[in-house]
Amino acid sequence: MVNKIYRESLEAIRDVKDGAVIMFGGFGLSGIPQNLIRALYEQGTRDITVISNNPGSRLGDTEYGLAILFKAGRVRKFIGSFPTATKSFKELYEQGKVELELVPQGTLAERIRAKGAGIGGFYVRTGAGTLLGSGKETRTIQGARYILEQPLGADFAFVKAYRGDVYGNLVYRYTGANFNPLMAMAADITVAEVEEVAGAGDIDPNTIHTPGIFVDRVVKGERYDRWYE
Amino acid sequence: MIAGMSEKDMARRAAMEIRDGFCVNLGIGMPTLVLDFVPSDKTVFFHTENGLLGMGGFARKGEAHPDLVDAAKQPVTYVKGASFFPSDVSFAMIRGGHIDLAIMGAYQVSGNGDLANWTAQGMMPSVGGAMDIVVGIGKIIVMMMHTTKDGRPKIVKSLTYPVTGFRCVSMIITNLCVLEVTEKGLVLKELAPGVSAKDVLACTEADIVMPKEQKTIS
Repeated sequence: MVNKIYRESLEAIRDVKDGAVIMFGGFGLSGIPQNLIRALYEQGTRDITVISNNPGSRLGDTEYGLAILFKAGRVRKFIGSFPTATKSFKELYEQGKVELELVPQGTLAERIRAKGAGIGGFYVRTGAGTLLGSGKETRTIQGARYILEQPLGADFAFVKAYRGDVYGNLVYRYTGANFNPLMAMAADITVAEVEEVAGAGDIDPNTIHTPGIFVDRVVKGERYDRWYE
Repeated sequence: MIAGMSEKDMARRAAMEIRDGFCVNLGIGMPTLVLDFVPSDKTVFFHTENGLLGMGGFARKGEAHPDLVDAAKQPVTYVKGASFFPSDVSFAMIRGGHIDLAIMGAYQVSGNGDLANWTAQGMMPSVGGAMDIVVGIGKIIVMMMHTTKDGRPKIVKSLTYPVTGFRCVSMIITNLCVLEVTEKGLVLKELAPGVSAKDVLACTEADIVMPKEQKTIS
């Protein structure tokens, strides 16, 4: 009998080793797997490569989400589009304590999707002729200049959905989907954190966003911070 | 230094470029002011790169949902007819040419419409969706102050900052004027109240084509 449900976040990420390459869904603070991030922090995993749109997010003077991993010096490299989202990343970057691979946001999404879909790269105009396109294979297609981008995968994807079931089927809400459905397809092991666990057959198949085939583990998040009023 | 228009007046002018039925992407910061100036008789869908077409406005206290934010990560609302989607679909809309108009900020724009708005020397680079937007969206309006805080021109002959996109800007709205980017270069279309063509030329490095008469923005 398939049952992908794990009892707690720590249990769901226990086999993540130092040096792991991990994708984290989310944009700003929407759709971030906050419980899995906290569990990874508590577990003490080090030398992580983080793939995410931004390295956490700042609200007022406080930084949330992935920022705790960066501040604790657990991250070796960040691959993403918007590193300026936190002061903590900027400081580490300026001190040479973290490596940065900057990727335009649409290219980041498509590289991840390509990996998950078994596509060996693709051409985009985004970045052609700029610093971010330098060194990449260039090709003229239908009169426009394109560059070749490579697929991007990971050892683990940590994603966040609103609902999930024992089969790993996931449903997102509002702008909480963002990178989550793409990352779910692109990693060796996908761990999904959900606000609600649905019983077998309780999610209408017409409404499923991520089919369970892409998801290995589902865990109900222990605690949800409300950042906004 | 001449003050020219307020940010709100610049946003009001930018909103006049939005036609009924348009899908519009607004950049972070000053461009979001445009939201307030779209007349209610027009159906306009505002696109936010993180996965919403049909953004309403900023959420009031009690309305905010942690999973409903805009590209600046601020809590927002959505309008009738809105849709939510993941990042790959959002950028298919952008790169695939489906969005009608983008309004964004800039560090520099050149006379032929090259844009720099992602990084500068000594600054940690950060790009977000800017490079995707400039290759995919057919009409790009830059909304910015005419000069830097210390008075240096931001509209230049050729960029000194790293380029975001080539020949992608079609209009520049500053506190001093409205410029159109044409085959012949920049053309001065309109002036802010109390600003003369001479004032504009004095703080612009790029060449500007001067039509016989300039309209003043009302």
